[in-house]
Amino acid sequence: MTERVPILSIGDVLLVSIQIDLQDQSAIALQEDLADKISTTGATGVVIDITAVEIVDSFIGRMFATIASISRLFDADTVVVGMRPAVAITLVELGLSLGEVHTALDLERGMKILHAVRGRREGLRHDGQAGSAVAGA
Amino acid sequence: MTTASGPVEEIAIGNDGDVVRVRQLARTYATKAKLSLVDQTKLVTATSELARNTLVYGGGGVATVEMVTDGRRNGVRASFHDEGPGIPDTTLALADGWSSGKGLGLGLSGAKRLVDDFELDTEVGRGTRVTVVKWSR
Repeated sequence: MTERVPILSIGDVLLVSIQIDLQDQSAIALQEDLADKISTTGATGVVIDITAVEIVDSFIGRMFATIASISRLFDADTVVVGMRPAVAITLVELGLSLGEVHTALDLERGMKILHAVRGRREGLRHDGQAGSAVAGA
Repeated sequence: MTTASGPVEEIAIGNDGDVVRVRQLARTYATKAKLSLVDQTKLVTATSELARNTLVYGGGGVATVEMVTDGRRNGVRASFHDEGPGIPDTTLALADGWSSGKGLGLGLSGAKRLVDDFELDTEVGRGTRVTVVKWSR
């Protein structure tokens, strides 16, 4: 049976804390569960906590990148927090890039990044509206 | 010369739960060989990539893990064997970014970068054996 990673909802952010040794099927299930949850809750951010994760291989790394891409389709952003130093060193040597994923040292900084990114997007949206109003006048 | 310094443990790789079991076995041996935390993480990440290759491209196979010594240092040797289609062009398969379609193209080349010794033995129609060693410093 596929182990499932629980998804918590706090305000407009979804929090996923990976506490198991993820097998590939669980990683795929998490992607699907998150897509469902973002679309039903209208969450604007996803935080993936990997404090307890001992290794990130290319499959798990790709999962983070995929989750970030899916989130963007729902106008949400993704931040991965709590990466262990040994995991970071290994990822760089493995040659893996995490795509659109933001990373932060811990949960608190991760939330700050989500808010900052959100603020920037809202700002752009307002500028866009102002621009079209001028063009229409 | 690298010689075995303990019994060989074997895990059959038939599904992605087995990939997790191989990772955990590699971790146990890496701890026993007193590898640093970064080196443990590199070895476990490499075995994860190689075990997945055995499963996905080799159609399943066998992983073995054992302690080795070269007289001066202790190390962990992990070997992955399948009787799948084999690799037609090993130079290409070891190039970064090359993939037969399902992965990121980091499996073999990434795993090679993460270990100290890397040996690839493959023949089209016969199968593939990859053997890696990580030494304590």
